[in-house]
Amino acid sequence: MMDFQVVVLAGGTSKNLVPLVSQEVPKALLPVANRPVLSYVLELLELNNLKDLIVVVEGEDAALRVGGWISGAYVDRLHVEVAAVPEDVGTAGAIRAIAHHLTANDILVVSGDIVSDVPPGAVAAAHRRHGAVVTAMLCSTPVSGPLESGSSSGKDKTKKAGRYNLIGLDPTKQFLLYIATGAELEKDIRIQKSILRAAGQMEIRADLMDAHLYAFKRSVLLEVLDQKETFHSLRRDVLPYLVRSQLRSEVLLNGVPQPEENGNEKIGTQYNQIMQSQILANASKPSFHQLYALGPNNGPDLVRRTHKCCVYIANNNYCARLNSIQAFSDINRDVIGEARNLFGYSFSAQNNIIHPSAELGLKTTVGPYCMLGEGSQMGDKCSVKRSVIGRHCRIGSNVKVVNSVVMNHVTIGDGCSIQGSVICSNVQLQERVVLKDCQVGASFVVTAGSECKGEALAKKEK
Amino acid sequence: MGAQKKRASKVLLPLVNVPMINFTLAWLESAGVEEVFVFCCAHSKQVIDYLESSEWFSQPNFSVQTIESHNSVSAGDALRLIYERNVIHGDFVLISGDTVSNMSLTQALQEHKERRKKDNNAVMTMVIKRSKPSQITHQSRLGTDELFMAIDPDTKQLLYYEDKADCSKGAIYLDKLLLADNTSISLHNDKQDCYIDICSPEVLSLFTDNFDYQHLRRHFVKGLLVDDIMGYKIFTHEIHSSYAARIDNFRSYDTISKDIIQRWTYPFVPDVMFSENSGTKLERHGMYRASEIWQSRSAQIGPFTVIGNGTKIGDNTSISNSVIGKGCTIGANVSIEGSYVWDNVIIEDGCELRHAIVCDGVIMKSGALLEPGVVLSFKVVIGQQFVVPSYSKVSLFQQPTKQDSDEELEYADNSSGIVDISPMVGTVDKSNGEITSELLEKQCWSTSQLGSGGVGHIWSFSEGGYDEELRHSVAPIPADKLAELIQAIDDDLELTQDGSILPPSGELKPDSNYSEDDDNEDSRDESIYFEKEVEATFLRAVHENISVDHVVLEVNSLRLSYNRLAADCAGALFYSMMKLALETPHGSASELLQNATNIVTKWKKLLKYYLADIDEEIEVVLKFEEMCLESAKEFSPLFTKILWHLYDQEVIQEDAILKWDDEKKEADESDKVFVKQAEKFIQWLREAPEEDDDEEEESG
Repeated sequence: MMDFQVVVLAGGTSKNLVPLVSQEVPKALLPVANRPVLSYVLELLELNNLKDLIVVVEGEDAALRVGGWISGAYVDRLHVEVAAVPEDVGTAGAIRAIAHHLTANDILVVSGDIVSDVPPGAVAAAHRRHGAVVTAMLCSTPVSGPLESGSSSGKDKTKKAGRYNLIGLDPTKQFLLYIATGAELEKDIRIQKSILRAAGQMEIRADLMDAHLYAFKRSVLLEVLDQKETFHSLRRDVLPYLVRSQLRSEVLLNGVPQPEENGNEKIGTQYNQIMQSQILANASKPSFHQLYALGPNNGPDLVRRTHKCCVYIANNNYCARLNSIQAFSDINRDVIGEARNLFGYSFSAQNNIIHPSAELGLKTTVGPYCMLGEGSQMGDKCSVKRSVIGRHCRIGSNVKVVNSVVMNHVTIGDGCSIQGSVICSNVQLQERVVLKDCQVGASFVVTAGSECKGEALAKKEK
Repeated sequence: MGAQKKRASKVLLPLVNVPMINFTLAWLESAGVEEVFVFCCAHSKQVIDYLESSEWFSQPNFSVQTIESHNSVSAGDALRLIYERNVIHGDFVLISGDTVSNMSLTQALQEHKERRKKDNNAVMTMVIKRSKPSQITHQSRLGTDELFMAIDPDTKQLLYYEDKADCSKGAIYLDKLLLADNTSISLHNDKQDCYIDICSPEVLSLFTDNFDYQHLRRHFVKGLLVDDIMGYKIFTHEIHSSYAARIDNFRSYDTISKDIIQRWTYPFVPDVMFSENSGTKLERHGMYRASEIWQSRSAQIGPFTVIGNGTKIGDNTSISNSVIGKGCTIGANVSIEGSYVWDNVIIEDGCELRHAIVCDGVIMKSGALLEPGVVLSFKVVIGQQFVVPSYSKVSLFQQPTKQDSDEELEYADNSSGIVDISPMVGTVDKSNGEITSELLEKQCWSTSQLGSGGVGHIWSFSEGGYDEELRHSVAPIPADKLAELIQAIDDDLELTQDGSILPPSGELKPDSNYSEDDDNEDSRDESIYFEKEVEATFLRAVHENISVDHVVLEVNSLRLSYNRLAADCAGALFYSMMKLALETPHGSASELLQNATNIVTKWKKLLKYYLADIDEEIEVVLKFEEMCLESAKEFSPLFTKILWHLYDQEVIQEDAILKWDDEKKEADESDKVFVKQAEKFIQWLREAPEEDDDEEEESG
């Protein structure tokens, strides 16, 4: 097995996801097709034989809950340490906090909210092949949102789906030359001439999304985090910094300062390294970094320090991050819908998954791309379309559920209509409730006959 | 299909022993062009004479016509004239007469036409070719500056073009809106502009509409890229296996000559008859020898060398990587490497030439030595044993004190390119007798300058010109200079790195502040230049007694080119007037007042032209205040008197003065000095107005 340690950043209780998350349900445990979102990442890693994991959770309580779930579900399958870090330390802070646990040469950092079938092993391999200091996984920006039978609500949003970042790639699409995120997107695009000169050509893409899966050289990552104390985010600070300084590296490769004297010997080793990495990269030409590092006439006083920032572009893979309520709905729908073949679920002939223990009343229909959890019961003349219904729900008669997610132990009275909404666990909907594009927080009671549209209903946090 | 080209007499200079323009015309003919307009301005007679005596005027299916103009100074002027002549009606190819190419135009034209059918705004297709500039010198192998372009990878639309890169800036900035519609754009530092443009007729009318467009790249291309109102678009066509380049400096002359010898430009190579080049044979190692040469058995003619007809080469002489013209006489023990020797040159025994250009009729006496980068102009004589230092230009004429770059009609308007060629071109002029008569009197050959028996002047470099010479020379850039440049790049990089380090989490403050400061700096500079220009215009008007209408025209054009408001013009003009008053001799304050009032009275019509609105009048008062406080304190005691005079002459209306007073009420005490001085006058204005108005109404 490769010498990689994996850090899964599982977050805490993200504010973006209120009222879906709560003290009891941190983000990592939000259900996607009736299993915690974190399970998707863990199983993906397991599949790639990456079994040595550190799961970092923000907040002690959340860490305990996540840890409890993991030890129950993955005992004997994975070697997982769960570490708690204070809230709002950022992704960079999270790594700083667990730095002493990191021992392997390379670190794979994965966001715990990714639902994807991209092989992390391929990212790790690309990283090793190029001897990069960082390799970022990129995927196409999601064209998410409700599909054919969906309500119209999400459509406008997805049309102008936010621009996550701008990515600059070299012609071989292996190296990351430019990245702009956050506030930088509001400004004009600023390209360093030195990097463009070295690469000759750069393609700037707006249709690729940084998927929050990175391989870092451990020594470099820790050195940067140590020296740049203000860095808060891996994505917004550390990665852009490494990209910017790639032709004038300030980091020590392999943790050993390169000898400053004895130029000839240095050249020799430099060439050897190049030969080696050329063979490894299976490339006919040295990369622009190497050409640049050696200078134009290979003079002995001219070795520049460079480092490589690489990308792994996931083509035709599914990749989404659960970082908003919209994304939560989309991912739930996709996993049992268009991406249903990727996650090992077995579908019925009707293209849906109904647990054998679930009970359906007379003339009740559950359409394709739906899921009905263990022990749930539905009354007569109900209709479910493109929705996920959790375990042990009690659903009355004449209930319509469309494009929605219903979690566990939810009670729904007769004649309710639910569209484009998320109903959290233990919620009670009394009779004839009509919800459109709503989120109902855990244990909330919606009184009979209520009609809501586009609201978030939740108990007041104490 | 029409093709049109422009030239300067440079196009008659020999390139591998053939006048440059023949390469261009031969290519156009082979590419299926049927009609060529040769636009000539400077030295037009020579070109027309040449074309008339050549076979180009008598080709079937290939018509060459000349358009002559003596007052066009730029590509813009030329295109405007062509528009007026109304000779071009469809798509046309725009090139300069020094283009060497073998590309097929068919596909590029086809693409252009198809784009036009779909999008009427696609007015131009620019031909580009892959060529990575040196990372050290930031110039291409043709000696042109590095080029940064952004191209839409799908449509090939040109989105950004920066050729005169400002090396001090370590980054380029692209409008973020470029990515609003496209999901990706390609940035290139590895392409070369071939200066071959396929244009729609709109290009001509656009030049006519924008009378200030002079330069095809700097004004026209950038103008279209920046302007999003008209929506005109430029596209690129990349050629891969064919050749296209133009000669606009010595380095490109050298590079293209070598490319021709090494047959990249096939079929336009020395041993294929495409023009007057006569029976040259290709031998092994890229040797081309004309049929009638006389060569000593012991002479070594090295690889990649062309020897012209009737040339004699003496014993033990070695020549490599060079072009030798027709009718030359080369003595014994001569060594020529990487040099271009034109026709009828005499090189005596023991001379040495390294990376030099030697024009027609030069005589090098025995033992003379040319260091790399030397250019010897027509009929220069180098004395015995004389060593011409590197990068020198030697001409029969003294160096003109001011290089009139407008003389050359340059497609790329590359000023350094013009300077480079000028010693040769200047002398070509001799037949016209223009410069000659003026300069002959000064011709006193100092033997010291070029050795005993030497004839000619060594031109010195202009300030900072040495680096330019290196960049555009026939000689490779020397190693120590390269090392220096590498050092400079590293320093640069350090700077830009520091400048680009962003604070965490995408807060961009320092960076944005930096660029704002930059902008302010720029605009302050601009406004100073603007004021200087206006002042110069005004002074010229005073001294040459130019009519107000003409001054208005000139100031208006300055206003447009600097993008200023009418108020800025008024302020600048008033400033110029007061400065003139101050500089006119005066003995006392009252004489100064007299000067000022005289000037204001004389030129009030000019000033009034820019005072359409009360705001502009206030600007003048504020400008005056500023002058009294800073640049021309002599006026401060006279402030009120001059202000009254301006009022009396109806330059400034009372409303403006009162509003100025109102605005100043909130100001600091220090700002109120002049309001206080004018207090009585203002009070008088405030009390008196009704009567004035009544009077006016009655009289009106």
